[in-house]
Amino acid sequence: MSATGRSRRTSWVTVVVALLAVAAGAAVALVVHRPDPRISPTLAQRQPDVDRGAYIAVLGDCAFCHTAPGGAPFAGGLALASPLGAIYSSNITPDPDTGIGRYSFSDFVSAMRDGIRPDGARLYPAMPYTAYAKVSDDDLQDLFAYLRSAVTPVHAAAHATGIPWPLSLRWPLALWISAFHDDTRFVVDSARDARWNRGAYLVQGLAHCGTCHTPRGVFFQEKDLGGHSNLYLSGGRLEGSSPINLRANEGDGLGRWSAADIAELLSAGRNAGSAVNGDMVDVVRHSTQYMSDADVAAIATYLKSLSPAPASAHASFGASDATLRAMLAGNERSAGGRLYMDSCAACHRLSGSGENLAFPTLAGNPTVLSRDPSSLITLILNGGRAPSTAAAPTGLAMPDFGWRYDDADIAALATFVRSNWGNGAPAVTASQVAQLRR
Amino acid sequence: MASPAKPVDVVIVGFGWTGAIMAIELAQAGLNVLALERGEDAATVPNWSYPKVLDEIAQSARNGLLQNLSKTTVTIRHDKNGRALPYRQIGSFKPGTGVGGAGIHWSGVHSRVMPQELRLRSHILERYGARFIPPGMNLQDWGISFEELEPHFDRFEHVCGTSGKAGNIRGQKLEGGNPFEAPRSREFPLPPLTDPPTSALFASATRDLGYHPYPLPAANASRPYTNPYGCQLGPCNFCGFCSDYGCINYSKASPQTTILPLLYRMPNFSLRTHAHVLKVNTDSSGKHATGVTYVDAQGRETEQPATLVILAAFHLHNVRLMLSSGIGKPYDPDSGEGTVGRNFCYQLLDSVNLFFDQSVYINQFMGAGGVGQAIEDFYADNFDHGPLGFIGGGVIWGRQTGNGPVRGIPLPPGSPTWGSGWKAAVRENFLHSGRIEAQLSNMAYRGCYLDLDPTYRDAYGTPLLRMTLNWQDNDLRMSEFFGERLSQIGKAMGAKSISGRVLKRGDSWDTRAYQSTHINGGTAMGADPRTSVLNKYLQSWDVPNLFVLGANVFAHGIGYNPTGLVGALAYWAAANIRASYLKSPGPLVRV
Repeated sequence: MSATGRSRRTSWVTVVVALLAVAAGAAVALVVHRPDPRISPTLAQRQPDVDRGAYIAVLGDCAFCHTAPGGAPFAGGLALASPLGAIYSSNITPDPDTGIGRYSFSDFVSAMRDGIRPDGARLYPAMPYTAYAKVSDDDLQDLFAYLRSAVTPVHAAAHATGIPWPLSLRWPLALWISAFHDDTRFVVDSARDARWNRGAYLVQGLAHCGTCHTPRGVFFQEKDLGGHSNLYLSGGRLEGSSPINLRANEGDGLGRWSAADIAELLSAGRNAGSAVNGDMVDVVRHSTQYMSDADVAAIATYLKSLSPAPASAHASFGASDATLRAMLAGNERSAGGRLYMDSCAACHRLSGSGENLAFPTLAGNPTVLSRDPSSLITLILNGGRAPSTAAAPTGLAMPDFGWRYDDADIAALATFVRSNWGNGAPAVTASQVAQLRR
Repeated sequence: MASPAKPVDVVIVGFGWTGAIMAIELAQAGLNVLALERGEDAATVPNWSYPKVLDEIAQSARNGLLQNLSKTTVTIRHDKNGRALPYRQIGSFKPGTGVGGAGIHWSGVHSRVMPQELRLRSHILERYGARFIPPGMNLQDWGISFEELEPHFDRFEHVCGTSGKAGNIRGQKLEGGNPFEAPRSREFPLPPLTDPPTSALFASATRDLGYHPYPLPAANASRPYTNPYGCQLGPCNFCGFCSDYGCINYSKASPQTTILPLLYRMPNFSLRTHAHVLKVNTDSSGKHATGVTYVDAQGRETEQPATLVILAAFHLHNVRLMLSSGIGKPYDPDSGEGTVGRNFCYQLLDSVNLFFDQSVYINQFMGAGGVGQAIEDFYADNFDHGPLGFIGGGVIWGRQTGNGPVRGIPLPPGSPTWGSGWKAAVRENFLHSGRIEAQLSNMAYRGCYLDLDPTYRDAYGTPLLRMTLNWQDNDLRMSEFFGERLSQIGKAMGAKSISGRVLKRGDSWDTRAYQSTHINGGTAMGADPRTSVLNKYLQSWDVPNLFVLGANVFAHGIGYNPTGLVGALAYWAAANIRASYLKSPGPLVRV
């Protein structure tokens, strides 16, 4: 090899090594760096309000994720399914060794806004700091006071993670946070009224609706955290469910709902034509049913202000009585139609309109029309039960049919329901059903 | 014996309709309430899920929802000279079990009571004279008026979402309702269910005959409904699996659909299932209840102390508990003295099947428990009994409750009973037949009573309740009269042939065939402690902190389905406990 060839190869190697060193250095800097929690200095003069903090915890629905079934409140241990494996919630009781008993307020803020523990480890974004970053100083102060003084300390060490190594390594999360997190505080929109702003603050922050209802990208990041685009809250995907599009689309969104309809669903768990299902049942049960009327109305106002999501990706609805007429004339002979008449029509009626306040309508129902049919399939397989709330104590339930029908039958039934009474959502396949059987 | 449980304010024995009503009313008053139920809890989903519960063999043939007679049952004889034998197979009456009790498997016919029935003795004396009452008939007034109960009938109907049409609101008669009914304070909460074909035929035929058909009040919701407790019902869709079955659709009123969703949210209410109560405990004076003793799922006897004790089990168990606990003086049919067990009554049910021409299409698979058209032209004393020489009456109705291959396929007389001939007869008749019935009051008699059996005991070692009852001449002559009315109506409906069962003079009570579960009496309410066990507030004359609910408080039989009156009496008792007893515990009536 000539002298110039060796030096050219050497210079390539040098450049690559230098670049790698720079990248590694940047990564280390990112991992090691702790953002300033940016707590307002005036907060020092404010008196924390523990009772108000209890309500903040309800708004943030902290208790549900941080309490294992049958476990002590806030002591952690609930398994949350993630694409990488089960993530277990942490103990946020004021226990000094296994909980947050030794946290300073600044530590708490760093966790809530930037996803960083006092020991520097990053939190999996199953903890929705991507939303809690928007929570105000005052609210965080009260919430911290509540958790520290009104919650019983429980000694319970963290449950081992269900994510396999090396995916369980936390330091790469620093890179993820750097790329995808936005820890900007909530900014009031002066062009909108107080109620809208309160609703936006709650939805984008404490209520963290986007965590389930906003579509995610390849790296599991929410495609919009601040409500800036028409992808925000346009529908999500979880294990076995498809949280609906909350934007103004008339088919699979809330375009045909009034603000009062939305408010009633959140407070009571059901409204005239719909009922919550899947994980939303727990959200109502533990959080929204306890929100004040004003807060629920604010959330509804904000949601009603959202523009439609891109139409091409969302199902249509145009009310039609063609299906009902065919059934009454004895002309509905499809497999799906006959299954519907056998098992569903008693409650949901031949008209697909359900019964006022009791059995949800299927015609024009966002859960039915979601592009992703996971929620609908899961309902047919496993049934569902509305939560018992003060406004609607019964908690009406739908029986399960997974034992009765095979994958092809359920696919036919789901396809029928998605394409009749004016519903225009894509067909469902047997393999989609098979994947959702547990 | 396990150590005594923590004392509660109220212990309720049995958790069906009356238990649930008393529980929610007292829990809403702020008391610490505990219900003890020997069976299990149940809910619409999963226990009565479509389609699993619609199993004729499991429910109608094998009595899936009913009491397990091998654990505890009753003995039965026709008169005091007979030897009572255990009722080992469900037949004549169908006692329930579990949370909800018979409120799960009932049909849903939801009537009230006639004002005159509550003072039948006085009324008969006024209209017909003392000689009209046959010897041995124990007619007595109930000590309560219809007007006192009206708000509670109304309450229970609104809790149940009962579907019907008022015939008389505050004295104003209304078209389309029952012209004989006593004044109501307001309309039913829901409009009547649509008439099935049998009922429509019945209505037009009876109208032509000059009678006054009206829609039977049904606790099967005709619309989606939210009751005063916030509990929700869906509308009935005539699935035909009502009586014997839990409702798949949240349509039939039961404790589960109308009360429990709200009650279970209340922190001051608790329920213990698999708790079989053996007796009510009293102190050394015998005049004060200290609580109850029950057997838990592990077989341990546990004492449950309570300040107030409510007997809310089914009729049989309430009477037996009074006897086993030594509360009140047991009735002696020879001397006529004593009150507990006195005036045990039932109901007569005459049932005729009608077979129509092929042109009359009646889909027998469809139906609901409470839907129908009825006439009360022959109810209670709405007609002149003078020339007829009997006391009592009843409702005549054309219902359509749903039928199926296992539950029974009635055929015209003379049809083959097996083989291809039978199949041909079924094909020809099943979709062209109907049924009309007369449900009749059974009066109280000296020789019809309840006591403890001297020989037989249940699985817990407690003597079984012994029933001594047979049909008496008065009621059988009444039944023959109604048999003629049924024939008349059946022919007017266009039946080609009629078959069925009408009780006649000489017939005895056949305990093998289903008759009705409307057994009543045994702990009568009344104004006179010499002939009643309870005062008008359903409070024990002997033990003031004991209240007893159920059809056992009836002074004698009525013609209607008893649930409406049983529920109203429970609301009445609860209201008076809240308004008076809690403020000043002690006897509410002084004699």
